[in-house]
Amino acid sequence: MLPLLWLVPAIPFAGALTLAVLGPRMREKAAAVIGTGSIAVSAVISLFIAAAFLTAPPAAGAYTQTLWTWIDVGSFRPAIAFYLDALSLVMMTVVTFVSFLIHVYSAEFMRGDEGYSRFFAYMNLFVASMVTLLLADNLLLLYLGWEGVGLCSYLLIGFWYQDPANGLAGRKAFIVTRIGDTAMAVGLFLLFHNLGTLRIQDLMHAAQSQWPVGSAYAIAAAALLLGGAVGKSAQLPLQTWLPDAMAGPTPTSALIHAATMVTAGVYLIARTHVLFALAPPVQFAVAVVGAATLLMAGFSAATQNDIKRVLAYSTISQIGYMFLALGVGAWSAAIFHFMTHAFFKALLFLAAGIVIEALHHEHNIFRMGGLRNELPVAFWTFLIGGCALAGLPLITAGYYSKDLILWSAANSTAGGMGLWAAGMAGVVLTSLYTFRLIFLVFFGRLETAVSHRPGLAMTVPACVLAFLSIVGGFGKLPFEALLATALPQFREAGGGMSEALASAAAGLAFLAGLLAAWYAYLQNPSLARSAAANPAGRLLHRFWFSDWGMDWLYDRVFIRPVVWAASANKADVIDSIYDGLAGAAALCYRLLSATETGKLRWYAAWIAGGSVVTLAIVMWL
Amino acid sequence: MFPIREGFLLSGVLFTLGVIGVLVRRNLLFVLMSIEVMLNAAGLAFVAAGARWGQPDGQVVFLFILAMAAAEVSVGLALVLELYHQYKSLDTDAISRMRG
Repeated sequence: MLPLLWLVPAIPFAGALTLAVLGPRMREKAAAVIGTGSIAVSAVISLFIAAAFLTAPPAAGAYTQTLWTWIDVGSFRPAIAFYLDALSLVMMTVVTFVSFLIHVYSAEFMRGDEGYSRFFAYMNLFVASMVTLLLADNLLLLYLGWEGVGLCSYLLIGFWYQDPANGLAGRKAFIVTRIGDTAMAVGLFLLFHNLGTLRIQDLMHAAQSQWPVGSAYAIAAAALLLGGAVGKSAQLPLQTWLPDAMAGPTPTSALIHAATMVTAGVYLIARTHVLFALAPPVQFAVAVVGAATLLMAGFSAATQNDIKRVLAYSTISQIGYMFLALGVGAWSAAIFHFMTHAFFKALLFLAAGIVIEALHHEHNIFRMGGLRNELPVAFWTFLIGGCALAGLPLITAGYYSKDLILWSAANSTAGGMGLWAAGMAGVVLTSLYTFRLIFLVFFGRLETAVSHRPGLAMTVPACVLAFLSIVGGFGKLPFEALLATALPQFREAGGGMSEALASAAAGLAFLAGLLAAWYAYLQNPSLARSAAANPAGRLLHRFWFSDWGMDWLYDRVFIRPVVWAASANKADVIDSIYDGLAGAAALCYRLLSATETGKLRWYAAWIAGGSVVTLAIVMWL
Repeated sequence: MFPIREGFLLSGVLFTLGVIGVLVRRNLLFVLMSIEVMLNAAGLAFVAAGARWGQPDGQVVFLFILAMAAAEVSVGLALVLELYHQYKSLDTDAISRMRG
């Protein structure tokens, strides 16, 4: 089964090509069959590969498939090669399977859209790029997939391009992530220059043998890779693009901007974990970035009005948890949280999409309400997803993964109680904003009438994901055993917090957030309003609502100076040099053409004079 | 010995007169005649140099110049006729349509 690995990215790519070429002449049904079918085949193949991998693990826990040499310049010979170990296996299976469910959902959600086949072409291309990124054997191929998913993200955010705001959001996402990508590219140059290869496994071995722990090269390389990860995974300070990315269609938000692409940074760090282990300061920075991001995004999420923006901030916050886990060395906990997050966050977006479509594309949660009985499927699936996100103890998957991260943060040699406390505050916030959302949207009075009920293609994927959001957490122990073949074990510091105590604390934090949301938004709705009405509350609300003023700050610090410089340099100083050259040439032309008088005697005089001067030069000089 | 100094002086004077004629005269026929004077001045210089060193080359070159001058005159006169046809004038300043 394993030799079929190349088909997993190849089939979605073929689907994207087919849809791109023939799509405009296709009927919707054909486009849906090709678009969804290619992902279905890919998902089935990856499930079979997973089964084969688990029953008969390849030697050394990894399988490499080399297709061909991509570039051959001297010692630089990156290949198109795929590397399958437990880490990429988990990522690939989750990505293809969640993608398949979301494609099924999109087949109904996008019905009637004039860009129907274009949408599926982009989505297929996205899956192909994402799988390439995950399976890449060398960092160059990984970078290809990395940029491919960035491109698809841009295309899909601006999918409804007639509205300039969507195009702007797409450009913002593209440019902000490009900042991180530049850092990552420099990191790649640095690694190749010093270690002479880009094959990830060779690179890790070489780094381990050539660089001592804490060496300047390891720190620089890890920091640059972290820059790329921060941009792609929307972490501090490059997180501003993700909330605006919600301008795209809801399935896009579910697939790209929640479940898969934004976790690419987590994957990159886990994949190059050796480098980060060699650079303890950078690894600690990963944890701090994660902790700070999860808190900031949590506060912002609690103030948003747009249902999708709440979910976007919660995505940023949850990826913050993954970074926290990576930073304290709990590699498999981060990947475990990636998996459960992929399930419940995709589910939340799908359920939110059902609500949005049922209410004539209404996004404002204060104009929703009482949908519990109107849209039961959306309600129950959203409730399950929300509980998993907030971490309802013992039942939901999110609890197990987040609990593991919190416990690791408290007990890691690299972590500490400060990180644990930040994570714990994050749990309260998560629970608060999740149930705020649920109470406002599904409880209370009916604010807007329901106009459209979802069909099977939208409810079934949501139900499957709801199922996975619950059972996904029960596989914690075999999951950790599987990942132990690819990632190092978590190093526990002695004398830390016991697992039961950490779990109990997480459960209590969940309950605190739930009660706060219940009291402020259901029991006593005037409380939240009055808190937001007094001046200090209003200021704080505005501050958090605008993402801690980050957009404002970037506008002042980066965008305005650039725009000012551009407008000040409207005349283009550098270009005036070339304009001057052209002007001088034109002047010479005018001078010379003035001698073309058409008067024969003048010509003869010039010739005679010129001959005299030439002869004089020849004779006396 | 042949007085080459005087020969060259005469040739130079003739050539200068020819140049002045070309520059000063506005009638095309006179311009052609001035060119003829310049050619003969050059020929005279060749003949003088050939006589000075007792070589026949100078006179050979003069024959070439004669042949060239005959060709030039025939072409030149044809052009003059054609121009007169077009402009009813032989004034070179009037025929100045080829200015840049």
